[in-house]
Amino acid sequence: MLLSVSLTLLEGLVVTLELFALTLLFALPLGLIISFGSMSRCAPLRAGVKTIVWIVRGTPLMLQIMIVFYGPGLMFGLPLLPRFTAAVVTFVINYACYFSEIFRGGIQGVPVGQREAGLVLGMTRSQIFFKVTLLQVIKRIVPPLGNEFITLVKDTALVRVISVYEIIWMGESYIKKGMIWPLFYTAVFYLAISGILTLLLGWCEKKMDYFK
Amino acid sequence: MPILDVQHIEKHFGATRVLEDISFSLDQGQALAIIGSSGSGKTTLLRCLNFLEKPDQGRILVNGEKLFDADDPATHREEEVRKKRLHFGLVFQSFNLFPQYTALQNVTLAKELLSQERPDFKQNKKAILEEIREEGLSLLAKMGLSDRAGHYPHQLSGGQQQRVAIARALALSPDILCFDEPTSALDPELTGEVLRVIRGLAEQNTTMIIVTHEMAFARDVADQVIFMDSGVIVEQGPAREVIEHPTQERTRQFLARYAEQ
Repeated sequence: MLLSVSLTLLEGLVVTLELFALTLLFALPLGLIISFGSMSRCAPLRAGVKTIVWIVRGTPLMLQIMIVFYGPGLMFGLPLLPRFTAAVVTFVINYACYFSEIFRGGIQGVPVGQREAGLVLGMTRSQIFFKVTLLQVIKRIVPPLGNEFITLVKDTALVRVISVYEIIWMGESYIKKGMIWPLFYTAVFYLAISGILTLLLGWCEKKMDYFK
Repeated sequence: MPILDVQHIEKHFGATRVLEDISFSLDQGQALAIIGSSGSGKTTLLRCLNFLEKPDQGRILVNGEKLFDADDPATHREEEVRKKRLHFGLVFQSFNLFPQYTALQNVTLAKELLSQERPDFKQNKKAILEEIREEGLSLLAKMGLSDRAGHYPHQLSGGQQQRVAIARALALSPDILCFDEPTSALDPELTGEVLRVIRGLAEQNTTMIIVTHEMAFARDVADQVIFMDSGVIVEQGPAREVIEHPTQERTRQFLARYAEQ
């Protein structure tokens, strides 16, 4: 019994992990772009980006999932996006906004003197970014990013509101058969993933321990 | 011909005039000390010379070559400014070493990056990098830091960090080496080692501009002194003369305040 439940839950876990991986894959670069927007010298662009970040961070992710999935059809009569695609799109936008604030903090946290030292030594802007600033930014953002990664693993459970069959959905489906423990058992899978993430992030932090 | 000729530099931050009609020149091998109270514009002047600030008016000439002319936008282009900066070196008050690199890597990084622009870089990569490394090591030795080449900045004392920063600036062999209050961020017992290094450079006739609050040091090491107040040059002349026999009332008051301390 345990084995068959485990196998069913693993099916859901694959969906969870796909959502997790795709979100990171797209939200990290998009977040970097948004952070550049929020630091732009062009005031209207900065204001626009900040407004979007405010809206996205200021409303529940669950509501956003429903709006992205049902909204276009209900409001404009457009065909529905596939459920999983709608979930990925929502998660990417939502997490990109959170990441952008972390990137902004990390980039602005590097002292101006670092850039100026690079300039005075005749480095180009891209040399300064890649050779001087980047590693210092990464060192600063790994801990807060790690937090977001772990939150993301658990947030994937929200997509059940549009019937994406992730692991919680699979666990819940056993309730109809009179079994509650498979739902509770899903916690083990979440713990395993966040455990692995914690180890990986700890390793990254340690790798960058050699400088301050 | 002077190595550096600064003509009528002006700089405003908004409505505040930070530098007003600054002109001076410097001969090869001379050390110039700039003194004055905080907010007098000394640091801004140094930053203008290193193109970290863009003057609103004036010209900067090195060896007769016009590096900057406020009226000539062609001299403001980023790619050219980057090359022109190399005439100057700058040592910051707060060192600004790159924390993720060792002392030696801090010294060699910029030169390595520059050497990639050499046409023969691909062919002679190994030899070029080895040469840069040797130069870096000998610069650190000159700073008395041979045993610290592999240390990261956070493992070094403030005085050692500042000496690495001086080696880093020297690595690109600038025509004019600028110091922005090089000992102001140091504990008093660490200023001596840094001042000794700068004194050594002066003895080897390194052309230098030193913004400093160390009056005795300015008097003994510099050839020329400029006293600035509220963005203008109040008095300039041979170091000993200006500091021991100032002709201007404002200079006298400033120096008297120092003598009290």
